[in-house]
Amino acid sequence: MKGITRHSGKAVLMLTDNINTDQIIPSREMKSVSKVGLADGLFANLRYLDASTGGRTPDPQFVLNKPTAKGASILIAKSNFGCGSSREHAVWALHEYGFRIIIATSYGSIFFDNCINNGILPIVLDQGTIARLTDAVNADTELVVDLQHCHLSAEHLKIKFNLNEDKRQMLLEGSNAIDLTLKHKQAIDQFLVHDKTARPWVYDLSAANSNNPTTKLHHPTCQESQS
Amino acid sequence: MTATTLFDKLLQSHQIKQFDDGSSLVLIDRVMLHERTGALALANLVADKRSIVEPAAVFCTIDHIADTSPGRPMQTRMPGGEVFIEAMRKQTTDLGLTLFDIDDPRQGIVHVIAPELGIAQPGITLVCPDSHTCTLGGLGALAWGIGSTDCEHALATKTLRVKALKQLRINLSGTQPPWLTAKDIILHLIATHSASRAVGHVIEFCGPVIESMEIEQRLTLCNMGVEMGAFTALIAPDQKTVDYVLGRPYAPANNTNEATQHWLGLATDDGAKFDSEIDMDVSALAPAVTWGTSPEHAVGIDEAIPAPIKANGDSDPTRLAALAYMDVAAGQKLTDLAIDTAYIGSCTNARLSDLRRAALILKNNKVASGVKAICVPGSTQVKTQAEAEGLDQVFMEAGFEWNESGCAMCFYAGGDSFGDQERVISSTNRNFEGRQGPGSKTHLASPETVALSAINGTISDLRLHFSNVG
Repeated sequence: MKGITRHSGKAVLMLTDNINTDQIIPSREMKSVSKVGLADGLFANLRYLDASTGGRTPDPQFVLNKPTAKGASILIAKSNFGCGSSREHAVWALHEYGFRIIIATSYGSIFFDNCINNGILPIVLDQGTIARLTDAVNADTELVVDLQHCHLSAEHLKIKFNLNEDKRQMLLEGSNAIDLTLKHKQAIDQFLVHDKTARPWVYDLSAANSNNPTTKLHHPTCQESQS
Repeated sequence: MTATTLFDKLLQSHQIKQFDDGSSLVLIDRVMLHERTGALALANLVADKRSIVEPAAVFCTIDHIADTSPGRPMQTRMPGGEVFIEAMRKQTTDLGLTLFDIDDPRQGIVHVIAPELGIAQPGITLVCPDSHTCTLGGLGALAWGIGSTDCEHALATKTLRVKALKQLRINLSGTQPPWLTAKDIILHLIATHSASRAVGHVIEFCGPVIESMEIEQRLTLCNMGVEMGAFTALIAPDQKTVDYVLGRPYAPANNTNEATQHWLGLATDDGAKFDSEIDMDVSALAPAVTWGTSPEHAVGIDEAIPAPIKANGDSDPTRLAALAYMDVAAGQKLTDLAIDTAYIGSCTNARLSDLRRAALILKNNKVASGVKAICVPGSTQVKTQAEAEGLDQVFMEAGFEWNESGCAMCFYAGGDSFGDQERVISSTNRNFEGRQGPGSKTHLASPETVALSAINGTISDLRLHFSNVG
């Protein structure tokens, strides 16, 4: 994953609350077991007039289809952006389309973490600040986001934002969370040794089978396929 | 000793390390996967040349796009969807993971089978790349939905990083009327406090209403915690929970006394602090139904659809758009609306008790002419047990389709769909634009309200049914 330190780009405005991940990418646009090839389905129901039948006729009213939105890489929304389904495809589609920065007053919790894992910076600003920002930007305004110093600027505006320091580092370095966690492997292994004594029943997966005499499974004869 | 909450206790018992920012590295006890997002997590894991720390603690099923037509084949009706199912089969075989495939008697919606099979237990951590994993908090499990990348993390390290969270206690008091279900309660809560009220929070539901609530209703309540924006939702395990869990196939068979003691000790201590609290008396609540395109767009069945005005008096563009999409008007009553379709299914409301309660409404009644009615049991076991009790006959004699289990038409994936722009009353959890098909207009409600509305052909007030039958 590529890190982000400084990003400049044009912004598009989608100023409604609760834009959900079904809207960002409808389920039927998730066509393969893959993270790529999703940009075409981004906002499909809003972006194409005939999306429901698989068509790709642009709806000229939709913000991303306006000529001025071409090349935009910053999306400004309102509250609870990315709520709903956990589908990471929403973030992959936004990224593949070209978005690198999202600005909203709050996010769906899973969506926020998915952004960090995929090199999209989700900035949280309060309602008033977003209003000032949207008043200041027009179609040609170049916004500059500086993740080193946690501020963004547009025209004469300069706005500070906060991001958890570890998440900021992850985005700056483009690091992989699994590799970071595996640095604590020794602590994990020690915890496991202790926990297997403290909560033995949690690890008793071998006992979990249909021979359990009090089983409530309605098909007590079915074969376990556990390895 | 400091008084601690249920969430504190769950976190502390899994906390490997706490970081300066308040986040924690947390041990993950169980991972559940379905074909739509799980197959991809497994593919990424293999591509990244990582291995699964504890394969025996990973459970997989095929639910999201499984064909649910009666006597179904082993496939999907989603065009091109077979790649997800085939990938799941191949990867689970290659990696030696337990898979409850379409023809397995244990197959079903992931959040329905997790409690049913005893995979979800009080006091454990469980994750699944699916937002409704919070359902399992109804048993006192710390369970939450994640993305596919975090799922790969959980598989490859048996841990996840959990950020510092705020805690919200929702205390439900009063007497729950017979027509009022957990679904109505959660819809009222979301409508009153908004779909983003619980962002960054863990919810704990408590109070006398919870104490007397059956386990399957608790699962329904927690299921929609995510629709309030919560990281997850929890209910402290009690003796009812213990009785529900023990004896299930993957529940502990040894050390059960020790386990029980641990589970019952998880309850929030007296005097423990929460960041915020909500009190709601449920005694006078009416059955709830949504009018718009977010679960927060819900009203009591006897209330008019509210005007699209914000608290400060400004016009609310989100609500204006919702009114237009749903083809309803502010001031209108939902009971004036005729429906095209009635749907009972989903991880929210398709457990055995849901079907039993809906069947009580449907018995000796017929679905209104012109209304299509569909029931999709939440799991194959639910279906089998319902059939043993004759519920399938009640549904079918009333005019409902009786299908195989799966997520089915809770969402539209390009296969099965309701007709274009149909108005649907649905026991599911999301009324987003197009969620159930192109232009679909979804009204969320309890399975009982869905059943009664199917009979009447219009969205109906369940209280009238209760007063009619005495």
